[in-house]
Amino acid sequence: MEAFFFLLLAVVSIFSGLMVILQKSPVASVLFLVLTLVCVAALFVMLSAPFIAAIQVIIYAGAIMVLFLFVLMLLNLQRFTEGAWSRFQITGVVVAAVLAVVTALLLRAVPLPADSGFLRETPGLGSVEAVGLSLFTEYLLPFEIASFLLLAGIIGAVILSRRRP
Amino acid sequence: MLETIIILVKVWAVLLTLVSLAAIMTWVERKESAIMQDRLGANRADILGFRVIGLFQPMADGLKMFFKEDFVPPQGNKILHTLAPVLAFFPAMVTFAVIPFGNVLNIGDLAIKLQIADLNIGLLFILAFGGFTSYGVVLAGWSSNSKYAMLGGLRGAAQLISYEVVLGLSLVGLVMVYGTLQLDRMVLAQNELLFGFLPAWGIFLQPLAFLLFFPAAIAESKRIPFDLPEAESEIVGYYTEYSGLRFGLFYFAEFVEIIVISALVSTLFFGGYHIPWLYEEGFAFPWGWTWELPHLVVVILRLAAFFVKIAFFAWLQVLIRWTLPRFRFDQMMRLCWKGLLPLVVLNILVTGLILLLAQN
Repeated sequence: MEAFFFLLLAVVSIFSGLMVILQKSPVASVLFLVLTLVCVAALFVMLSAPFIAAIQVIIYAGAIMVLFLFVLMLLNLQRFTEGAWSRFQITGVVVAAVLAVVTALLLRAVPLPADSGFLRETPGLGSVEAVGLSLFTEYLLPFEIASFLLLAGIIGAVILSRRRP
Repeated sequence: MLETIIILVKVWAVLLTLVSLAAIMTWVERKESAIMQDRLGANRADILGFRVIGLFQPMADGLKMFFKEDFVPPQGNKILHTLAPVLAFFPAMVTFAVIPFGNVLNIGDLAIKLQIADLNIGLLFILAFGGFTSYGVVLAGWSSNSKYAMLGGLRGAAQLISYEVVLGLSLVGLVMVYGTLQLDRMVLAQNELLFGFLPAWGIFLQPLAFLLFFPAAIAESKRIPFDLPEAESEIVGYYTEYSGLRFGLFYFAEFVEIIVISALVSTLFFGGYHIPWLYEEGFAFPWGWTWELPHLVVVILRLAAFFVKIAFFAWLQVLIRWTLPRFRFDQMMRLCWKGLLPLVVLNILVTGLILLLAQN
């Protein structure tokens, strides 16, 4: 049962991930990205990390991707859908190649065990209470630094969108 | 095997109740509008001359939508045009999976929890699926390939994203007070007593949160005074190009949302299925009287109480809808970002301070 759901989610997420970059229409790409994110969230649930799954759906699928869609609809996208190799595509290929090499090296350096039993030994690992406790005790400093980063982002957005006098 | 059957029965019962309640809500909406406008209203649909105060109207509506031409704009995107109403309908329905409608029902040795799924992330589950409704609105606007629908979809996306912020943050205070995201545990905590007589309902602990949550929830359901994405009477909205059953799905989703919002408000702020001073063994009034009741009676009383609360808040939403005029777009945005949001943050701050003082 578990293996079946894992395979189903993995296949769907890889397929929709491929469709994100193979689709001509940007709106369809965004929707496939949403599907990928939802599938990954479901995989988080299977890894007994419901909190991360919920946050992934709320923040990425629920808010950020809607804004993507919003912007895509307002822009005239004819310009981006045609044309051969643009600057973005070359950058994309370089980044993808680097990521592939790093992933391959990591997989060779750290062999993944079939089943370490880690999840079974620590029940409630990904629950809201456990994540909250470790965020506000052990990892308080990185958490606060991240919140400062977000604050800077918010202030930047407000200044950028302010009307010029 | 038995567990699977119990879960299936629960899902089936909740779905059936939800859908029939939503169908009855369309009738309530017609009747309430008639009362507010001093008309008779919704009394034409009859079967063999029987009218039963217009209760056949939902059936007539359904039949009408079923037989109407289902038109897809030829220049639009057919797949997304079909997907959009489903994306609007599905999140509203699935939210009910985590709402508890009773405590535990004991039949012999069998203990049946009257809730479909008791999730650790209960409230977050509701917010996560609530966020999906905006896809229905945006895609309906875009896939119709019509300027008016497109503008309606954009208005809708802006409104839904803005009010989601208030909706989510207004619940933080409640989570701080009850110390859990599990709806089941929240409801159980609301049967405790404050000062020995007042039930610890969310409305008494977090009155400001309720006043902020309720308008934000109405804005999420896109009804007057927040119906700018639709505005069927003047500025034309995102489902202009929909007809037949596809339109019916949008229309029906709105009524399911009314029921879901009522259930959420009663679960979070009005004690859920609890009746004040009614415990598992029966009533125990603060002035000393007790009245023992059998288990089954307690369960049925609580189900009835939950039902009455849902009915009240559903009626209240219909009343608001037929009372207020629509906001202008800038007024609606200002209300959200400059009116409700600072108050929501203030609520979290004050709740935190009081909790800290109470601990020390």
